[in-house]
Amino acid sequence: MSSIGTGYDLSASTFSPDGRVFQVEYAMKAVENSSTAIGIRCKDGVVFGVEKLILSKLYEQGSNKRIFNVDRHVGMAVAGLLADARSLSEVAREEASNFRSNYGHNIPLKYLSERVAMYVHAYTLYSAVRPFGCSFILGSYDQDDGPQLYMVDPSGISFGYWGCAIGKAKQAAKTEIEKLQMKDMTCRELVKEVAKIIYIVHDEVKDKAFELELSWVGEVTNGKHELVPKDIRVEAEKYAKDSLEEEDDSEEDNM
Amino acid sequence: MLEESSEPGWLSEEVKTGTTIIAIEFDGGVVLGSDSRVSAGETVVNRVMNKLSLLHDKIYCALSGSAADAQTIAEMVNYQLDVHSIEVGEDPQVRSAATLVKNISYKYKEELSAHLIVAGWDKRAGGQVYVTLNGLLSRQPFAVGGSGSSYVYGFVDAEYRKAMSKEDCQQFVVNTLSLAMGRDGSSGGVAYLVTIDEKGAEEKCILGNELPTFYDQ
Repeated sequence: MSSIGTGYDLSASTFSPDGRVFQVEYAMKAVENSSTAIGIRCKDGVVFGVEKLILSKLYEQGSNKRIFNVDRHVGMAVAGLLADARSLSEVAREEASNFRSNYGHNIPLKYLSERVAMYVHAYTLYSAVRPFGCSFILGSYDQDDGPQLYMVDPSGISFGYWGCAIGKAKQAAKTEIEKLQMKDMTCRELVKEVAKIIYIVHDEVKDKAFELELSWVGEVTNGKHELVPKDIRVEAEKYAKDSLEEEDDSEEDNM
Repeated sequence: MLEESSEPGWLSEEVKTGTTIIAIEFDGGVVLGSDSRVSAGETVVNRVMNKLSLLHDKIYCALSGSAADAQTIAEMVNYQLDVHSIEVGEDPQVRSAATLVKNISYKYKEELSAHLIVAGWDKRAGGQVYVTLNGLLSRQPFAVGGSGSSYVYGFVDAEYRKAMSKEDCQQFVVNTLSLAMGRDGSSGGVAYLVTIDEKGAEEKCILGNELPTFYDQ
């Protein structure tokens, strides 16, 4: 559904005759070129999963992180231009830090995502700058508010979700996420499902190898956002690979 | 014979809320209390000032020290909390109010001379009392402040019991104020009480002749 915006797409300060800002739409296309990231909120926490494509044989395991810690209780998973995403994670960290300094407690996630979204939006107003070419998912867990999940896109809007996906396979991932009953699941169950979804949407033909980055925050981590411990991640990946094989097997039987 | 030109104190002395202030927490809320005397040197410039200032619907602060400094801090924090509560979409936490007061008190501690006790109710932590003297921030079950507080430390330490009811707390506050006002020259007038709980804040004024009397009265 793309149309050529010739003449009206050179700067973010120009509307097209049919009321679109093409620069912002092009920024969203940049996100769609990146590999998939998903975030799902469950009964007692939030789990992030990112498909990190391995572009080089010399790639060091665990490097090139796509999930950031914004504050102790907040995690951020990104997709799109990574340099843009990293600079936004600094913005988010500063917001969270200033809030704590001024008000003496953890920043509520809704407020944080609105503040960062406002910042992203500011870059869609002027021709002197380009919009940020990344989307990101913010998740947190708090004793009183429970788990929260918000997504911000390059246009500068933020919405709350029970589950969302960004990146090249976001449609396929969304379909898989919708099949889950996440409101009734715990983080431990959800970790396995998140791993499975990333494995499902990964395109082996086009993209070859990938590394799965998993993180969570919830009651299970006492409200601290951190990478999923190695043993749990290994177990989740095993579950994911086994489920895929089962599906492959069942397809063979039918044939 | 030269006449002494004795200018009235209120022309030259700084206006201080000499004061006794107190705040105490009970299960489900807080009670704040203050006297009503404002002095400039030896002159009482206001004998009915309410030193319990609203910061938000369910958060109040008690003023002591320099009247101007204390009132200004309270006004600033009231404004900041209004904006903050709209931004986060819910009632502010008492801790937020106390942190805002503390930040101003600490940043300008050389220039200011005021101590505010912040107390209120929020849904996460219930009733809370915070002390912000000189720019520190500390939560306590109860707190006293102002010049009159020196005379009643013994009383409050001896009489305070954990888990008092709302009515017991109100009586405790009134007794404390009455004793302090009886001994401190800079405290007096009427007693103001504010009780804050989940339902809201209730203000009350107890006139001089209705205050409890002790051994000498």
